[in-house]
Amino acid sequence: MHEVQPEPVPVTQTPKRGRAIVITSGKGGVGKTTTTANLGHALAARGCSVALIDADVGLRNLDIVLGLESRVKHHVLDVLEGKVELEEALVRDKHNENLVLLAAAQTREKDEVDTEKMKALVEQMRERFDYVIIDCPAGIELGFKNAVIGADEAIVVCTPEVSAVRDVDRVVGLLGNRFRPQLIVNRLRPALVKKGKMLSVEDVNAILRLPLLGVIADEPEIIITTNRGEPIALRRDGATASAYHAIAARIAGDDVPAPTVETKETSFFGKLGAIFGGSKA
Amino acid sequence: MSGRRIVVTSGKGGVGKTTTTANLGATLAKRGHRVILIDADIGLRNLDLVLGLEKRIVFDIVEVVEGRCQLRQALIKDKRFGELLSILPAAQTRDKDAITEEQFAEIVKQAAELADYVFIDCPAGIEAGFRNAIAGADEAIIVTTPEVSAIRDADRVIGKVTEKNLPVRLIVNRLRPEMVRTGDMLSVEDVCEILSAELIGVVPDDEEVIDTTNRGEPIVLGEANKLKVVYEKIARRLEGELVPFTNFDNQGFFGRLLGVLKAG
Amino acid sequence: MIDWVRKFFAPTTSSQTAKERLRLVLMTDHLSLAPEMIEQMKRDFIDVIAKYVEVDRDKIEINFEQQDKALAMLANVPILAVNRNSGGGDGGSKKEEPKATEVANALPRRKRRKKSTVAPSTASPAPAG
Repeated sequence: MHEVQPEPVPVTQTPKRGRAIVITSGKGGVGKTTTTANLGHALAARGCSVALIDADVGLRNLDIVLGLESRVKHHVLDVLEGKVELEEALVRDKHNENLVLLAAAQTREKDEVDTEKMKALVEQMRERFDYVIIDCPAGIELGFKNAVIGADEAIVVCTPEVSAVRDVDRVVGLLGNRFRPQLIVNRLRPALVKKGKMLSVEDVNAILRLPLLGVIADEPEIIITTNRGEPIALRRDGATASAYHAIAARIAGDDVPAPTVETKETSFFGKLGAIFGGSKA
Repeated sequence: MSGRRIVVTSGKGGVGKTTTTANLGATLAKRGHRVILIDADIGLRNLDLVLGLEKRIVFDIVEVVEGRCQLRQALIKDKRFGELLSILPAAQTRDKDAITEEQFAEIVKQAAELADYVFIDCPAGIEAGFRNAIAGADEAIIVTTPEVSAIRDADRVIGKVTEKNLPVRLIVNRLRPEMVRTGDMLSVEDVCEILSAELIGVVPDDEEVIDTTNRGEPIVLGEANKLKVVYEKIARRLEGELVPFTNFDNQGFFGRLLGVLKAG
Repeated sequence: MIDWVRKFFAPTTSSQTAKERLRLVLMTDHLSLAPEMIEQMKRDFIDVIAKYVEVDRDKIEINFEQQDKALAMLANVPILAVNRNSGGGDGGSKKEEPKATEVANALPRRKRRKKSTVAPSTASPAPAG
């Protein structure tokens, strides 16, 4: 095992203004919502005030991952359209009062969101919370644009699979110069990596070349915690919970050892290079 | 006689639509049917990658719609299946507004003249990409995993698809029988009960899938394995045959006895 | 007895929890997807009540809320007068002053959101935010 040092990330916060971070990926199902929920809890556990925004209009899931689905009465569109005040729409978390959720609308469409109003809402929330974390939907269309508009930091979540890497690569391109995205590699299976049946973190980052924020191994426990609506970062021990707490610490600027990565003997690097070099742009 | 036009959709991303489309299409081709797979995920194409055909892309669906080439020119024949399996790739650098629903439906119609089965690999979500993908279909396969978010999204999609009067069939993907046994994962019965959809397949979680995707080789091309059998069964059910579902939970008599005691 | 024993020895699995949560959340999702059905249901409901008492239709509020493990419909129906010749119920025991009637499934009371009902007095505990 050797360590990959992440590049230092500038802290963009100005006094009394919280940080707005979008969690995105392009590919669906890689763990954006799970990451948003757990990162939110990990930051809240440090005493920060955290607001989570579910930007997946029409297919909301952040509420159910947090176990708050029965408490959601209003959603982002209600606020953007002036039907309710922001305060009324925020759902306080069951386990940690530092954490609130602004849910997505379940029965509306993404194109009903006014991009400029969304941006203004995130700005407004930054004045109240240390962290505003936006859970981006899959894809790169309007939902993505609306999720990204209010943020000035981005975290991309990638699983060690060719499709996911390709999609993240596209997303990083679309995020443009405004962001210096950091990478979380999710659902790593070290045993498969050793057998050469899964890309390693190095393989992934050889293509993406992003500062590595964290590595999370695949754990059946995640399914169980989602079943119960009790995010795993509520725990203090265990590999996955610790990984999220370490990520939170890095985000907060603590001096935390870099995420450890597994080296692998047989590299997919060559093949990956061929895929990305040879594919039609 | 026009082929069947089946959209493979889910709502939730990452549950296995593309893998299912690729493997089911490949299985049907192996069984002698002409199959065309259409990647409807414009901007984030992956069907080509999963089949290992990414280097052979010359034209994509947007170029067909814009009249820059014929459909036949854009279709990539997968040589591993003789003349029987082709894919129509998505465009990578455009977005989903590049095609209207009518245009998409027209492409699917043309493809159905050339094949017995046309599968449309739908993007995640329920926006324009989804609307395009279902525009050309006359049947739907919903893919879900036995997890809370996936099922919720599948429910939404089933609603949207039945509004269009498409018959719906369900594939439960990535089942982990050992987790079902310990009560840590919803069972297939649970999923079917919640979604009230007709089940057409149950695919167990298998680490080989990742490896085969990396290599661009559909798992059904490999040697005899569990998944190959499963996709065969799904193909046969699609063809109209009544095929019993594999019991992944089969632990023999002693296991069943223990199960009875636990259930009380 | 057997139920209690079973519950004691077999705590709820996460899949059972998940199934229950999904059942409730999908009910809520389906309700929000059928606004016309809900409007019709509200109209029918109000029509039935109005057969027995005179109601202030403009001030009626009907909502769905999740309470514990069930979904409940909560209705706040200001009653203006009781029709002396109304066909049903025990007319003699009804008071004539306007009051709000709360209709809910038989579940423990929960705090409700503050509503701007203009009913002069309420018989039930005051709704709270």
